[in-house]
Amino acid sequence: MSVSNSPMTMAQTRPGAYYGKAMVARVRELALLPALLVLIVIGGLVSPVFLSQGNITTILTSSAALALVVLAESLIIITGKFDLSLESIYGFAPALGAMVILPAAQFGFGFELPTFVGILCVLLVGALVGFINGFMVVRLRLNAFIVTLAMLIILRGMLVGATSGRTLFDLPPAFYGLMEITFIGLPLAVWLAALAFLVAGIVLRYHRLGRALYAIGGNPEAARAAGIRVERITWGVYVLAGVLAALGGLAITGYVGAISANQGNGLIFTVFAAAVIGGISLDGGKGTMFGALTGVLLLGVVSNLLTLAQVPSFWIQAIYGAIILGSLMVARFASGQSQE
Amino acid sequence: MTDRSVADGRAERPSEVVPIVEAIGVSKRYGATVALADARIRVMPGESHALVGRNGAGKSTLVGILTGLRAPDSGEIRFSGKPAPPVADREVWRKLVACVYQHSTIIPDLTVAENLFVNRQPTRNGLISWSAVRRQARDVLDRWNVAVPEDLRAGDLKVEARQLVEIARALSYGARFIILDEPTAQLDGDEIKRLFVRIRELQQQGVTFLFISHHLQEVYEICQAVTVLRDARHIVSAPVAELPKDKLIEAMTGEQVHFGFADAAGRTVPPDAPVALEVKDLAGDDFAGISFTIRRGEVLGISGATSSGRIGVAEAIAGLGPFTGGSVTINGKSLRPGSVPAALALGVGCVPKSRHKQGLVLSQSVADNTTMTISNSLGPAGFINPRRRAEVTRRSIDDLGVVTEGPEQLVSSLSGGNQQKVVMGRALANDPSVMVLMDPTAGVDVKSKEALLRVVENKRREGKAILVVSGELEDLRTCDRVLVMRHGGVVAEHKAGWSDNALVASIEGI
Repeated sequence: MSVSNSPMTMAQTRPGAYYGKAMVARVRELALLPALLVLIVIGGLVSPVFLSQGNITTILTSSAALALVVLAESLIIITGKFDLSLESIYGFAPALGAMVILPAAQFGFGFELPTFVGILCVLLVGALVGFINGFMVVRLRLNAFIVTLAMLIILRGMLVGATSGRTLFDLPPAFYGLMEITFIGLPLAVWLAALAFLVAGIVLRYHRLGRALYAIGGNPEAARAAGIRVERITWGVYVLAGVLAALGGLAITGYVGAISANQGNGLIFTVFAAAVIGGISLDGGKGTMFGALTGVLLLGVVSNLLTLAQVPSFWIQAIYGAIILGSLMVARFASGQSQE
Repeated sequence: MTDRSVADGRAERPSEVVPIVEAIGVSKRYGATVALADARIRVMPGESHALVGRNGAGKSTLVGILTGLRAPDSGEIRFSGKPAPPVADREVWRKLVACVYQHSTIIPDLTVAENLFVNRQPTRNGLISWSAVRRQARDVLDRWNVAVPEDLRAGDLKVEARQLVEIARALSYGARFIILDEPTAQLDGDEIKRLFVRIRELQQQGVTFLFISHHLQEVYEICQAVTVLRDARHIVSAPVAELPKDKLIEAMTGEQVHFGFADAAGRTVPPDAPVALEVKDLAGDDFAGISFTIRRGEVLGISGATSSGRIGVAEAIAGLGPFTGGSVTINGKSLRPGSVPAALALGVGCVPKSRHKQGLVLSQSVADNTTMTISNSLGPAGFINPRRRAEVTRRSIDDLGVVTEGPEQLVSSLSGGNQQKVVMGRALANDPSVMVLMDPTAGVDVKSKEALLRVVENKRREGKAILVVSGELEDLRTCDRVLVMRHGGVVAEHKAGWSDNALVASIEGI
């Protein structure tokens, strides 16, 4: 450090201001923890079951699928883009994977391909949709919001069309594997989500690709001037997000035990809420995986609490929405930063 | 002629004519940068008053204050002797003054008529009456003799017509004082002639103009009085007749800060030094036929007006912009057009034109920004070893004298000069053999400027080939040779030791 400079120049940078900003950045990352703690205390008071090991497992299990999609969306938002179609990939990819395996009698295509091809197909569909999104956003320079909104509608329509609106069930066990295989009491999906967040967190902090995402989201022109291949990386993030969303869809398939034609319908709002509550800036270039994860857990706890408190099911949506709004405000005031 | 009578009239009865606009002792700071210090201007009714000064002299800040877009930190603005309204009161300002900027302030997808009456459309029974909009627009255009159909989509207007529509709009609000910000920059010869005819006509109808131009010839052609700003200060105000060209240039140039260590005069490049950069017949969007070579240990300058194409040449060499013809050879290897990674690999380090647009990611730390070009060499398989990164950054901080709390400080909280040093650090991070520096000291204070130019001198001694593309004389003084560009081609070459006036005259095109 060059603290040996003259006092005049030192005065210009106002050390106090710097520490203030660093503090704010850290506070923002942890902004949700108090809210999460308050909810957990309330939960403990409301219901004796809440803090039981079984219930905690339930919360984690039910959050795993959402967590994967939030991770995907967070990566895209950090890069300064949007992808609304993730919620459709979440339904469409596992459904297509299932339909190449299932006989026509069970509403499949009747190809009856081997199971591993089906699983591979799930991931490939996710990657392919991400690739197409990336092509249109990066190469054709179309507006990301509208492109992915159109893709959302197309995939939703294709899913309903291909299944004629029916639910796919009696899938091979591999499709339920993420939920049925457990390790130390938790299903594979939870471990997968945890691992994905860990890897993403490390890469974002300690790998040049991760730092490149922040640079692109913060200022794509400057990133390009520094030799970062902005287009290629952005495109790659779309593909990765597609795969993660497809994995999330596979997880929810295992959780539910079937694939309905509206799997993932409306999920994207929850995904954005979790990311933004978790401190991912919609402007791009800001936010951490730890923040995004607390966002997911907060929503998971809320949803669990509403069920435990026996809120009439017709009202759960409204209350859920109100709590999302409330958490946004808590995060906003706890961190003192705008969430634009 | 009119100018003589105006000048005479004022000389005879100085106390009777109240200036239509007057700024007294106006100062404005942006953070550590002083944009205006105790500046003043007096514009008499009915005259065309020129405001000249080099880039960064404070012209745009003064225009911003005169049009009420920003409030001065201290000082006073008066319109016809009355104090200016508060900044928030846009309605009142609009009746006093208007500025026709280089960039358009009309809404391209609305018609000319609608543009004239945006947010004040004539209504009938509370609804907009489109026939009244068209009729009143026609009246305004006819009154000020603007031959433009009111139904035309405004975006389809040519620059010339667009400026006239903007002037008519200002006049229709009641303003009789109009600022023209480089109105001739995008016009060709005939259009400029026609514009000047219009300005004279309007002047006779009682309209006052403040005319900003980089082409000093035009000042003599159209204006009666001139005010010169330099380094945020007022230098001189005089009738143009009393300020011949050499005096005007001297006022604009003034006594330059002189950093002895960074003066190339009297220095020679060894003729046997290997050529590091060779540019041959380079052509692109706004330049063509550019050829030069830079040897190791040599600094070459390129100067010229902002639109001369100098930035295009620099960006082509740095891989930031494309080139369509010719070749760039770096240490014997030819450069693929438009690829920054390719330029980096060949050993080019670059300080881009704007530190905020292309230089820095403001939301990231000093370390992130400094190591952005070398992030693949800070650890195995692309992983970044935090200790190595901090080490590299610390070395750069010490080397360039960046005043910062440390590598993890966000660059957005650094002063402008220190931000620019971080950009320079990024350019140096991959130890380039060719450096391309675009306006490397733009908008920084004198101390930082000195530090940055010292870096240039040190790197030259280390044997780097350096291209400095700048409009600032201090930057150019570090150069062994300076090429001057105009309209995309090289028009002059000055060896180190040039006189300021000769170089400025050649840049400003006199």
